[in-house]
Amino acid sequence: MTSVLPSFHNGEPIALGSIPSVPMREFRAAIISAVNSGSRLSALFGTQMENGRIQLIGILADPLTGSLSSIGSEVGESYPCLTLDCPQAHWFEREIAEQWNVEPQGHPWLKPIRFHPPYRRSVAAQTPLPGATEFFTVGGDEVHEVAVGPVHAGIIEPGHFRFQCHGERVFHLEISLGYQHRGIEPALVGGPGKRTIHLIETLSGDTSIGHATAYCEALEGLSGTAAPARAQVLRGIALELERLANHTGDLGALAADVGYLPTAAYCGRIRGDFLNLTAAICGSRFGRGMLRPGGVLFDLDEHLAAELSRRLDMALRDVHSAVRLMWDAPSVQARFEETGTVSRRTCDALGLVGPVARGCGVERDIRQDFPSGIFRFAQIPISKWDTGDVFARAWVRWLEIQRSGTFVREQLASLPQGPGRAAVGPLRPAHLVVSLIEGWRGEIAHVAITDDSGRFGRYKVVDPSFRNWMGLAIAMRDQQISDFPLCNKSFNLSYCGHDL
Amino acid sequence: MSSLLITRLRQGKRTLPFPEAEPNLPDRFRGLPIIGESQCPSGCKACVDACPTDAIANDGELRMDLGRCLFCAECSNACPQGAIKFGRQYRLATTERADLIVSAGQALKLTHRLAGDIHRVLGRSLKLRQVSAGGCNGCESDVNVLNTVVFDLGRFGIQFVASPRHADGLLITGPVTRNMRLALEKTYEAVPDPKIVIAVGACAISGGPFRDHPEVLNGAETILPVDLFVPGCPPHPITILDGLLRLLGKIKL
Repeated sequence: MTSVLPSFHNGEPIALGSIPSVPMREFRAAIISAVNSGSRLSALFGTQMENGRIQLIGILADPLTGSLSSIGSEVGESYPCLTLDCPQAHWFEREIAEQWNVEPQGHPWLKPIRFHPPYRRSVAAQTPLPGATEFFTVGGDEVHEVAVGPVHAGIIEPGHFRFQCHGERVFHLEISLGYQHRGIEPALVGGPGKRTIHLIETLSGDTSIGHATAYCEALEGLSGTAAPARAQVLRGIALELERLANHTGDLGALAADVGYLPTAAYCGRIRGDFLNLTAAICGSRFGRGMLRPGGVLFDLDEHLAAELSRRLDMALRDVHSAVRLMWDAPSVQARFEETGTVSRRTCDALGLVGPVARGCGVERDIRQDFPSGIFRFAQIPISKWDTGDVFARAWVRWLEIQRSGTFVREQLASLPQGPGRAAVGPLRPAHLVVSLIEGWRGEIAHVAITDDSGRFGRYKVVDPSFRNWMGLAIAMRDQQISDFPLCNKSFNLSYCGHDL
Repeated sequence: MSSLLITRLRQGKRTLPFPEAEPNLPDRFRGLPIIGESQCPSGCKACVDACPTDAIANDGELRMDLGRCLFCAECSNACPQGAIKFGRQYRLATTERADLIVSAGQALKLTHRLAGDIHRVLGRSLKLRQVSAGGCNGCESDVNVLNTVVFDLGRFGIQFVASPRHADGLLITGPVTRNMRLALEKTYEAVPDPKIVIAVGACAISGGPFRDHPEVLNGAETILPVDLFVPGCPPHPITILDGLLRLLGKIKL
């Protein structure tokens, strides 16, 4: 079935008219068959057509061929859900129901994910109360429920967690989000405007570079702009520095959650060293202002490149000695191993991404499967481990720290000459572009659709956290509730990236 | 055991000597904007038009609202005259919202010490409860690093605590989403009197890049009294620390 769908590449625009719009039966069959043959559902979302009706659009990514395809179907008030045949669709379909008031019939657990009134103009807007919904319950003697949040104990974003427990043992964890919902997707419609890049950079603040890269590549595709080679390398350096900082912070936080303070204290500081490298390039520790469509706003001279390289080596040396302590400590390993295990089967069914998926032994990495920018020319080996537990997620991060460090060092030493930015022309009207980036948490998918005047008619963002929150819930099954902080940190998902 | 000790020695002492010594900020750091209004040709609104958050007004006098400013430098990039430059001053926190509006040649009126009674109660031990109300986790991260060995917040008697009932005040980040309003109000009510509120970042002060979205309330001040405003997107950790220490009277200059 997928063979008849026109294929295109990451960042390559296609005319809206060339996307097949088929009856729902064929739409479902095409997606289910593609996913069964190894493709992933990178995005599934609704968009409102001129006649007010809703069109569903599915974006399929085939890692074997490195190509993408897209299919659409117009829906009425409801349609038979995909989730039962394709579990990857489960969170997307809840989102579709919430955003457009279209019911995926037969969805096993249909409830809001962000708690906002529907976007569809014809629907009378009711504002739902956050968290006011049904939750799973478990009955029986000595069974109890633990509710946490939205305000948590640490300096962390808000979310609501419900644990169904028997003593210490967790039967199920249900996660209810939406507290961070800032209405970014509707605000992007009609753009690009002067606020657009700032909304993109704050989709998830710790992933400013990842999301900004996805956005810039989408815009460059739609406008037919080639970002200069030098800009592509600088973006790659910034993306890997973002990964280095966050992975280092995560390893330190994992150590803290099992009470191993040396690694926690050192990594907390070294994370800042990586952030400060980004700040040395663009003035902002989070890479704000680094990227703009067409290229980058900040460049390096030889002196600064050498200085960055020197400081990078120092930070890598420090992180090496700090993290090695943790691997050599049996008390840490005892807590990491066989805690919060996600099976390969569950990982594939849910379509998990990033270090979580690679920790389940899956070779899934946009930088290899659908490379763009510098990653078409400079490959970073995929890091994976197959035990699916907290240890695997930590170990994958550690491997990635080493490989990203090598990559940044190599790129700093071989910056291509030329300008840092190219002019960006108007966007092609009535086109769709899919932009995929391997952020530090995993696959970032942006889908931009332009209207007849070349403005955004729809801008869909899929943060890796959107894919992985359910993975955390599954990882907690049959665990001790006291292991939740450790499991949670091993995923370290973004609330605002999910809530948008 | 020996590797633990060797690593400890190798990692060294990394706590910044702040506030005794000036921090070592990156060369490209964007701090307090320096406005050279006299350079503006009449009627030029290039900076006003470029600003993503409408932080700049030019009605005869060029004024910038640091509470809305993302420090993105779109204005200075757009200005044909170089009338706006981002300087290196990292001390930016104020007590009054209005003090964040700056113009040419005007010194920023930094925050003053808490009033006598409250300072007597909280000045030597300040426990804060952090609430993220729609923050993008940028501000949250740079508040969190104050707990690392680099900034070592505890040495100043300031600590982030897990319960509002153990706290002397709230440190709020994010534009205050409608979905967090109730939780924020309840958290505030749970803090015993006397209590203070600190708004960190453009979002918590004005809504930031999300200003006027129907899903947000344009900052903490829309529902709570705020005692300290720390501008930035996100503010540098040292800017946040400087604001906290000034509030407690531990930095006077």
